Amino acid sequence: MDGLGEFFAMGGYAGYVWPAFGIVLIVMALLWITSVRGWNNSERTLTSLRDHRRRREASEE
Amino acid sequence: MSMHYFANPARFTRLAGRIQPWAGGLAALLLLVGLYLALVEVPADYQQGDTVRIMFVHVPSAWMAMFCYMFLAGASAVGLIWKHPLADLAAKASAPIGAGFTFLALVTGSIWGKPMWGTWWVWDARLTSVLILFFLYLGYMALWQAIEDSQKAGKAAAVLALVGAVNVPIIKFSVDWWNTLHQPASVLRMDGPAIHSSMLWPLLIMALAFKAYFVALLLTRMRMELNLRRIRALRLAERTS
Repeated sequence: MDGLGEFFAMGGYAGYVWPAFGIVLIVMALLWITSVRGWNNSERTLTSLRDHRRRREASEE
Repeated sequence: MSMHYFANPARFTRLAGRIQPWAGGLAALLLLVGLYLALVEVPADYQQGDTVRIMFVHVPSAWMAMFCYMFLAGASAVGLIWKHPLADLAAKASAPIGAGFTFLALVTGSIWGKPMWGTWWVWDARLTSVLILFFLYLGYMALWQAIEDSQKAGKAAAVLALVGAVNVPIIKFSVDWWNTLHQPASVLRMDGPAIHSSMLWPLLIMALAFKAYFVALLLTRMRMELNLRRIRALRLAERTS
């Protein structure tokens, strides 16, 4: 327990070390999530647009 | 293999889909190892104490900030000169990643500076030139947003990216050219790294993790941009037909 407490204390610099690592992981995760979500949305829009087009072309024939 | 081999979007999408999971997995694995080494294995510095651990996220972020910009400027040049159809997309896709890492370099540097220099911020050459890099990324992204015609937007943004490239050597050599609080390079030096190997390895692992993350994210964003381009074309065809 003492070892763990010491680890989190970071030699008295916990208030600097943890926020620095935290912000890096948060920004990297946010970039990742927004990019994957944006890509998924674009796939969905593209599929529905193509379906729409195919259906219309089929009905015109 | 010619440069235009991967200009075929379908071929690019297939290849990207195959590389993506490997790059993402490698990034996650290296990040876990790197974080463990940086937070647990590396001993506290005799001068800096545990704040030295911030280096393992600060320095790779700063390297990525520069690397992304060189990638962005390089892709912009390829787009302008050879009209490679994926170059503009690659440049556009890399900008938010570069902006993110530049932001992280600034913020982690600031957090490190407070206990070590006694200040969150100084207007010295290194810090100021990196702040300018951040604004260059924002300006580049704003330019894409501001111009409706994507071909014109791509061209204007590419010109901005190339003009802004003068800032890259200024950042790199700012610590040699001007008096600055920021310490000079200790890894990328002509006479070899001046950093102990117990710290060099974790640093390189973190840097590799960030690179792999960049590759996975870049491919995701390029596929997104490619889809958005197709969507625009389909909608345009819909309207005119």
